[in-house]
Amino acid sequence: MTRLGVATCWTALVVAILFLMAPIIVIIPVSFNEGSVFRFPPVGFSLKWYERIRNIDAILSALALSAQIAALSTATALVLGTLAAIAIVRGRIPGGEAIATFLASPLMLPGLVLGIGMLQAFRAIGLFDAWASLLLAHVVVTMPFIMRTVLASLSLFDFAMVDAARTLGCSYPAALWKVLVPNILPGFISGALFAFIASFDNYPVSMFLTDVRNKTLPIQLLNTIEMSPDPTLAALSTVLIVLTILALVLCDRLVGLRRMASI
Amino acid sequence: MTAAAATLSLPAPAWRRGDMTAMLALPAMGYMLVVFAVPLALLLWSSMRGEAGFSLAGYARILGDDYYRQVIWNSLSLGLITTAGCAILGYPAAFAIARARGYWQVVLFALVFLPLTVSIIVKTFGWAIMLRRDGLVNFALLGLGLADRPQRMLFTPESLYAGMINVFLPFMILPCYSVVRMLDPRLTEAAATLGASAWHAFSRVTFPLSLPGLVAGIGIVFSLSCAAYVTPSLLIGERYMTMSQVMAKAYLNLRDWQLGSAMAAILLAVAVLVVLATSWLQRRLARRGGSSS
Repeated sequence: MTRLGVATCWTALVVAILFLMAPIIVIIPVSFNEGSVFRFPPVGFSLKWYERIRNIDAILSALALSAQIAALSTATALVLGTLAAIAIVRGRIPGGEAIATFLASPLMLPGLVLGIGMLQAFRAIGLFDAWASLLLAHVVVTMPFIMRTVLASLSLFDFAMVDAARTLGCSYPAALWKVLVPNILPGFISGALFAFIASFDNYPVSMFLTDVRNKTLPIQLLNTIEMSPDPTLAALSTVLIVLTILALVLCDRLVGLRRMASI
Repeated sequence: MTAAAATLSLPAPAWRRGDMTAMLALPAMGYMLVVFAVPLALLLWSSMRGEAGFSLAGYARILGDDYYRQVIWNSLSLGLITTAGCAILGYPAAFAIARARGYWQVVLFALVFLPLTVSIIVKTFGWAIMLRRDGLVNFALLGLGLADRPQRMLFTPESLYAGMINVFLPFMILPCYSVVRMLDPRLTEAAATLGASAWHAFSRVTFPLSLPGLVAGIGIVFSLSCAAYVTPSLLIGERYMTMSQVMAKAYLNLRDWQLGSAMAAILLAVAVLVVLATSWLQRRLARRGGSSS
């Protein structure tokens, strides 16, 4: 590349990274602000906004609900998605590629449309329970992430190893569990992390399925931003950012960060 | 959904061969048909129903009304501007990451990747804090003497575009990076040895080879940003109505299901068209790559 080309690329990257990081970093000093507005530069230093997170029941219960739904929907999608991925890679189904596309397609479709469709369908069959509706819907939200990562891992896996385990006396499920699962564990971990984040952060699908008593964290966050914005939100956001960084560092140790880019 | 309908009849030959492995796809397929495909089909069905059976009144209301035509155009132009901004900034940035050496590449990659995992609401909230009258951007403008009084930036279309590019930029950089990383730098050198100018080498060799990444990035950024709800409603609200905002309002405030489901069907059609166009382009690029190299 010419020097001009190299300079352009590096300028673009530096601008992109500063630009991407700015709104995330700006939240952190604001959360230690003493005053109750989002002034920059912040005034004084206090931890009172962190203290307040613990006292707002709505936020705590939203946090618990989101964690529950994200964990359960990720686990369900992992089981269903992995079985389907094995069938697609091994089963010689005509149109396997179409099945993979179908199972991964909710990622590309507008979340709001999914949410409205599910709302109408659930109500039509008499399902009014918010918790169950959210769980059912979030399995659809998480499925594409599992499909993409697990399919990618499986296509590199040598299925002769499963056959070898079966000749040595393992049943088929036991062979899958003992040989296949440990081998594609990196795919599981990165897929599950993405799926968990996608569910935990989902707003548009959940929007139609929550009720007054069952609000997920994003819904509660947006409500608070619209009703009574104060630096408690910045403190909560900082906590979420730190948790995300910890999860990423953990996954980097387990899997290697760049493997996760294949979303 | 055509894919869903088609696959219903497909597994049969595999069973006849006694291939039990194919059956492992059934639980996921069944689940996604019932909870994902059927609700979307029902939504399309209900968008074509009026009080007296079949009716396209919902569509007629949207397409016949200047306000709703403007809303559709708002969503599409928001998608176009966001996609263009992401491509202009993200495409060269992907080259820089791919050309970085050793550990630097991992660090730069992580810096682009981290924002993707931070909640959209948190990022948009941070963006709104920055753009306040007493926020970081005005602080910097005043400090550098670029402005003599705080500027109003929130609730302007420009702040919306910047916020949207901020949220969707990683979706452009990552697919470009994963393709550019695989390009052999010796190809450009070979082109140069054969007498190609730097521009010629880029436009005839590097650019065509990087197209699969760029097409994937454009497809995903456009379909996500056309349908975006959180960022527009936080950064600009009612001043710039998008299709998603009209849908949410139709269902949650107006209780106008006919309007909402027709708008949903139009948005769904846009997304499906983008997905189909992207995969068609990808297949063409793959074929071309296969035959020429």
